[in-house]
Amino acid sequence: MAIDVATVRKVARLARIAEPEDRLETLAKELSGIMNWIEQLSEVDTDGVEPMTSAVHMPAPMRDDVVTEGGDPEVVLSNSPKRAGNFFVVPKVVE
Amino acid sequence: MSDLTKLTLKAALDGLAAKSFSSVEITQAHVAAVAAARALNAYVLETPEQAIAMAEASDARRASGNAGVLDGAPLGIKDLFCTKGVRSTAGSKIIGEFIPTYESTITANLWRDGAVMLGKLNMDEFAMGSSNETSAWGPVVNPWRSKGGNAQLTPGGSSGGSASAVAAELCLGATATDTGGSIRQPASFTGTVGIKPTYGRCSRWGVVAFASSLDQAGPMARTVEDAAILLTSMAGHDPKDSTSLPVETPDFASFVGKSVKGLRIGVPKEYRVDNMPPEIDALWEQGIAWLKEAGCEIVEVSLPHTKYALPAYYIVAPAEASSNLARYDGMRYGLRVDGANLTDTYEKSRAAGFGDEVKRRILIGTYVLSAGYYDAYYLKALKVRRRIADDFDQAFQKVDALLTPTAPSAAFSLGDRSDDPVAMYLNDIFTVTVNLAGLPGMSVPAGLDANGLPLGLQLIGRALDEGTLFSLGGALEKAADFRAKPQKWW
Repeated sequence: MAIDVATVRKVARLARIAEPEDRLETLAKELSGIMNWIEQLSEVDTDGVEPMTSAVHMPAPMRDDVVTEGGDPEVVLSNSPKRAGNFFVVPKVVE
Repeated sequence: MSDLTKLTLKAALDGLAAKSFSSVEITQAHVAAVAAARALNAYVLETPEQAIAMAEASDARRASGNAGVLDGAPLGIKDLFCTKGVRSTAGSKIIGEFIPTYESTITANLWRDGAVMLGKLNMDEFAMGSSNETSAWGPVVNPWRSKGGNAQLTPGGSSGGSASAVAAELCLGATATDTGGSIRQPASFTGTVGIKPTYGRCSRWGVVAFASSLDQAGPMARTVEDAAILLTSMAGHDPKDSTSLPVETPDFASFVGKSVKGLRIGVPKEYRVDNMPPEIDALWEQGIAWLKEAGCEIVEVSLPHTKYALPAYYIVAPAEASSNLARYDGMRYGLRVDGANLTDTYEKSRAAGFGDEVKRRILIGTYVLSAGYYDAYYLKALKVRRRIADDFDQAFQKVDALLTPTAPSAAFSLGDRSDDPVAMYLNDIFTVTVNLAGLPGMSVPAGLDANGLPLGLQLIGRALDEGTLFSLGGALEKAADFRAKPQKWW
């Protein structure tokens, strides 16, 4: 299945990656090439097959819902691109 | 002291125990070797002061009779592992200055046992690549060269730095990770041993995530025994990883050297792919003959869905990656490029921080998960994944392990395949099935091709049966008697 420029633009937006207009054509070709190769999966009969969602045969373990670590803002903020006091500074979220 | 870098990990540990040399001495020898080998670009960060400090602490522990099983042994750490206070970049600009405030469980296990860190090893960006060319820090160069040639070859990927450093004697062993073949293919390309253990054997906590249902860490080393020693230290249940298996870790080294007589070895006919170089086919036949001589029974088996493993992987892995890499938004850590508003800041930060291959995979993952395509692609791939796992289940009712080639070629020149994504993906044709099924797989160096480049054979085992792989790997290693080393040119 061919992926066109409009689809690449839409998917790049969904993925929050700015792709310049002049890259879209190349990306459309590359992604179409990959998806065409993937198309061969349609040959496999998967009627009644359970999707495999995990590589381990065990139920997800549960633990008590309690704080294990925390209370150290310096550790949490040490890699922040921008901070003010004990807060992350981010662009305005609500207009 | 430079001879100390030529030791196997086992010999080095024996020498340290016998006090033939100190950890400071063997660490200094490695620090010097690393500094002299920058042409290989294997290390993205050298930590000599920390290495010497850790070595001094090790010598003090040994003097007081408290040495651990890896005490004093200098190792390299793939840059995908978070190391507390030491820059960890996953080969990406987007976390190019990230200094973790915590230690990955696997590296913590190695330090618990006394190992010494020499530095952080180069890798494909977020472990997405088979040639190390997607690294933000430039490609790693393979210490091996074709006979009479001086072209720069890839060490494979994504654990190219680990492979190159182990092969060039820039560490006694290294950590690595494998999502589709990223331990085994580089091991094959560099004449080293690498094992991807059973999914869940090694904790993923503190290992930068690529595709969480496939990612698994393991060691790279120069001998099967060394790999066994390292894996024994790295593995173990970790409550901080919800997919970590609550099982005991055996002493894997105790399996090396055990007789393999009577084991049934499957040879999957579907791995005889078109265009396979005759040398690789011949090496595979040789491997079969070696195991027969060691007393194994060879059985032809069928894994009928093998050819669909790579296309299924290229849906599952990008889908998981697109979700995992959504966290790199430039807000709490990592690169931020300011834009006109929040969305613009996200888009600009991610555009500037991610390389081309990572972007391609995020776009594919986003596409196959998007409304209208989820069932046709993602769900379909998960069903094909089940069929692939079922193929292995059936085969393992008849055999104890499988023998295959590790990779469809020897190391190729840097730049050779970088313009064709699908051609690059085909590197993992023999390794990726194992990740999809969650099984252990090991690559053992078995011979050289006509150009004098190493080739590996792969052993695949039942879930949690790494022990049998170490016995078989030891038998192959003994029969192959692989002693070739890259000629030093760097």
